[in-house]
Formats: sequence, C-alpha cells, structure tokens
Amino acid sequence: MQAQTLQKIEALFEKYPQKRGALLPAIYLVQAEKGHVDSDAARELAELFELQPVDVWEVLTFYNMFYTAPQGRHHVYVCTNLPCSLRGARSLLKGIESHLGVHCGQTTADGRITLGHEECLGSCGTAPMMRVDGEYVENLDLVEAKRVIDGLD
Amino acid sequence: MIIVPYVTGYLSEHYADDDFRTLSAYKAKGGFEGLKKALAMEPEEVVEIMKSAGLRGRGGAGFNAGMKWSFMPKDTDRPKVLVCNGDESEPGSFKDRLIMERGPLQILEGILIAAWAVGASKAFIYIRGEYKEPIRCLEAAVKELYGARLCGENVMGKKGFNIDIVVHSGAGAYICGEETGLLESLEGKKGQPRKKPPFPAQFGAFGLPTTVNNIETFAHAPYILDRGVDWFRGFGTEKSPGTTLYGVSGHVERPGLFELPLGTPLREVIGHAGGVRGGRRLKGVIPGGMSMPILTPNDIDVPMADEFLSERGTHLGTGGVMVMDETTCMVRVACVVSYFFRDESCGQCTQCREGTGWINKICERIEQGRGTQQDMKLLEDVPAMMEGQTICAFADAAAWPIQGLMRHFRDDFEAHIREHKCPYPESFEL
Ligand SMILES: Cc1cc2nc3c(=O)[nH]c(=O)nc-3n(C[C@H](O)[C@H](O)[C@H](O)COP(=O)(O)O)c2cc1C
Ligand code: SF4
Ligand code: FES
Repeated sequence: MQAQTLQKIEALFEKYPQKRGALLPAIYLVQAEKGHVDSDAARELAELFELQPVDVWEVLTFYNMFYTAPQGRHHVYVCTNLPCSLRGARSLLKGIESHLGVHCGQTTADGRITLGHEECLGSCGTAPMMRVDGEYVENLDLVEAKRVIDGLD
Repeated sequence: MIIVPYVTGYLSEHYADDDFRTLSAYKAKGGFEGLKKALAMEPEEVVEIMKSAGLRGRGGAGFNAGMKWSFMPKDTDRPKVLVCNGDESEPGSFKDRLIMERGPLQILEGILIAAWAVGASKAFIYIRGEYKEPIRCLEAAVKELYGARLCGENVMGKKGFNIDIVVHSGAGAYICGEETGLLESLEGKKGQPRKKPPFPAQFGAFGLPTTVNNIETFAHAPYILDRGVDWFRGFGTEKSPGTTLYGVSGHVERPGLFELPLGTPLREVIGHAGGVRGGRRLKGVIPGGMSMPILTPNDIDVPMADEFLSERGTHLGTGGVMVMDETTCMVRVACVVSYFFRDESCGQCTQCREGTGWINKICERIEQGRGTQQDMKLLEDVPAMMEGQTICAFADAAAWPIQGLMRHFRDDFEAHIREHKCPYPESFEL
C-alpha cells in the first residue's frame, strides 16, 4: 500500500462511528493502485482495520465492483437486464464480442479490454447502454459502441 | 442522461436548469424555505405534518414516511442516524439517479428536515457504486452545504442542531438496497440482510437508532413543509398523495421519466412515452420495477397507485414501467428475470438461494425447448415455497414476477413445451 493511500484511508476513519465503516471506501482506494486487490493487499487492509484477512476477503468477493484478479486496462460492461434487452442489448453484446474476439467475461489477449455484462444500471430510459471505465455510454447501437471501444488505448 | 419533460408537478420542474444544482439557484427557486419552516416548529410537529401529508415511501414498499419517523426513540442519549437509500438497483428503475443528478439539494434539504424531526446527528447517503455521476453531484452539494453552514454545527443558526452528512459509495450488489443489507454494507460488511426484529429504529447503522428512506422520499419533504399538507394532497389520490417520477422503458417510442400525480392511468403514463413502438400491440407491462408481477392489456386503464394495482395482484413498487409489445416471448422475460434474482441472492436463506437457481434453470430449459409438464408444476411449487419464508423480501421479489408470468402468460410456456422450441422468432434476443 502506498503511503498516500494509507493517508487517505486514515482520513476516512473519523467519518464513521466505527472504523470498519471505512472498509468499502478503503478497498476502492487500494484497488485504484493496481486495478485489483490481491491477497497481500487484503492482508494489509485487515491489519489496518484490525480484522482477520478472511473478513476482508469475504467483503471483497461479495461485491461486483471489487476485483481480486488482474483486469484488462479498460472495462467494458454491457447492461443485459430486461429494459436494455428489450431494446437489443444482447445483440449489441454479441456484436461487441465478435468485434473484440472475446466472450463476455474475458480479457482481450493484449490485456487491453475486459468485456462483461451487468445487471440494470439505472439507465433503462436510455437503453441500451454500457459502462466504460466507470462512465455511462447511453442510447447505444453497435456502430457507436465500436467507435467508443476502438477509441480506448 | 435524459432531461425529464416537465409534465405536471414540482420535483422535476427545474431539472432542465443545470444551475438548479447550485445553492444560489436552488434558493432562488424557493429552496430551504421548507427547512426554515420546519426549524420554526417543534420536531414533533414536523413529524405530525409528515404523517398527515401521507407521503408514502418511494423505495418500493410505500410506507408512510412520517409514521416511520415517529418510530425513532425519543428519550435516548444514543446518537441517531438517518440513512438515505440511493442504491437504486431494481431493474426498470432510474428515477433516483435523475433526482441525484438534477436535484441533489432537494434530497439534502429533505434530509435536514428529517434530521430535525427525528433528532439525528449523522446522515449517510448510500449510493450504488456504479452511480459515479450521482455521487459526484451529491458530494459537490454536500460540500456547498458545509461551506454555507447549512450542515455541520448549529445549522441555520439553530443552537444544538448538529448534523453531519456523509456520501458513501456501494460496490455493486442489488441486495444492498434492502435496508438492513444496506446497513450491514455501510458497516463495512457483506450486504446480508438482518433478521427483524430488532428494526432499524432500535438497532440500525452501527447499532444506533436509524431511519432509512429512499432518495425520492426525502426529496418530497421540503415541498410538503413549505407548501403545506393540503397543497401536497392536491396531487395524487387519497391513499397515495403527491406526484412520482414514472420511468417508462422497453418497447415504447420515447422511453424516459415523467413526473405525474400518483394514480395517473397506466395508458396515460405510457402515452407520455409515445405509446408502444411502431404501432405494435401491447402484450404486457411490469408496472413497478422487476419485482412486481406483470399486467396485461386488460389493465391498461388502471390508476397507477398502489391501492389500485394491488387489486390487480401487483404493486407500484418503484414506478418503473416496463412495456413489452406483441413480439415479446414471455419465457425469455422469465429467463432474464430469474437470472437476475439467481445472480443477486445473498445466499443466506435456503429457499432463496436454491429456489432462485431452480427457477432460472427451469425457465432456460423451457426456452430451449426441453421443458416438460413437470417443469410447469415446479414453476408453480418453487415460487410458492419461497414466498414469506425468508430473512428479507428478496425471495418474494424473486417469486412474484414468475407467478405473474405463469398466471397471465401460461400459454407462452405451454407452447414452448408443445413445440419443443421458442415460438417467437421476432422476440428480443437472449
Ligand atoms: C430486495 C430489495 C431491494 C431493495 N432495493 C431498494 C433500493 O434500491 N432503493 C430503495 O430506496 N429501497 C429499496 N428497497 C426498500 C428498502 O428496504 C426500504 O424499504 C426503503 O429504502 C425505505 O425507504 P422508503 O420508506 O422511503 O421507501 C429494497 C427492498 C428489497 C426487499
Ligand atoms: S431472502 Fe434471499 S436475499 Fe434475502 S436474506 Fe434470504 S438469501 Fe439473502
Ligand atoms: S436494464 Fe439496462 S440500465 Fe436498466
């Protein structure tokens, strides 16, 4: 853990009646360093929060937005829940799969993009949509999706 | 994000205006008048006003907000906590996002009013982690409030009225929308719902007395305090006063959010979205987010308020209206619905953990043309086994939509079994 990350985490403690309340925000900070949280980082967090490593690990694996394994440089997630699917999200996802040559859940061989699908992201009024590195791209079609994806380094 | 076409009401009136998110513009539009009036009253009076306004929680269950506030213990020296539920993960729901992005100060003013009413000194706004922009908007608004001494110590010069507001990001788990799952998550744990009792008012966040309300619920409060109960009750129905933001999605011409009085007929709600796309016929409508049983074209004139929807075996839920046209295969719908619940079950209760998996497996089998009559029997028995048997209402939420589909679209399931394939080649792709 970098000194700066540690400092930021310690500043979070006072916001919560109990230190552990800061665990989720702390995991985000640690994850921002390498893109995932490995078992060493989890152990460090456990020590800092005076928890057992298993306590941290079980939190890490409960939530979709925490990663315990290395990820592609970019994340592309297509929403496939009902309102998006009704407006063609699954065909869109298949088009992206063949454009990238990977299946949903995989990372391209060059480590550039991890492709995934997600449940409803609160964007049903602007469906279909995808989340690219955390930001929403809405009212999509395959042409636009490819344009956005090809623009990633 | 789409801007709400302002239809009728008060919440979204100024949402087209970017500046409405800043304190000065918000105040210029009457912002903080509600809080000012609340602070001139005793906290108990504020609770009474909210009770008689009859504002029903907009998070899905529709419980009277003032009533909930009155459950907070009065004679206690334990600090009290407010939690604002911005987890909005119910498929088909996207209204809270709009309020957070366009009216963050409405939410904060509502929180301050509630804090005064129940005596809370700490408020957490729990926002789903994927909502980056809403989180940014709320953080900016909270910062402005601290700068203007509208939160922190002695708010608005009121001695002893101290309230800290913390914006907290979730990390991707539908179950953290359930209020006790949310509390566990806020405490830095897995978001597994708690057994009740004890209820949050006695044992909530970090063991402290806590009230949990939805984003939209808080956003209505300033208008009630400022303009009064009679004015508020001028919108909506006797049992469901006020407006709401109906989110219309799926097979309509112009999906979006529409602020309308509660009780607006379903036909009119869908009409604001331009009606069913391409002049096609309607097949079904899920009226209140994915957990709620589906309606048929026979229900098109039902007033969209819970007291009328419950007569038809469903609920208003979050007001997320999902429209499906005649091309739609309802078994595919069942596959999408059951996949979601299988994926999101927190796994604590056997009926829920096993039942959601079974239902999904059976639906997919039927869709692939491999279903049998025994599967039909299972699709009746398994949801019935899950209902009302578990720690939280998630299992009901998983059972109800399947029961609704079986009730109204049994023919679709039977046709798959008879023909050993999906009879809807035009349906949305799976
Ligand atoms: C499975 C499940 C998911 C829920 N998700 C949400 C949610 O995302 N947002 C929300 O406000 N309420 C959600 N609720 C309802 C909350 O438990 C709680 O009733 C609500 O936040 C209370 O606020 P209200 O009374 O203002 O509606 C959910 C309930 C269940 C059972
Ligand atoms: S009903 Fe399902 S989601 Fe709710 S506590 Fe039980 S297992 Fe978890
Ligand atoms: S279903 Fe995709 S954003 Fe709601």
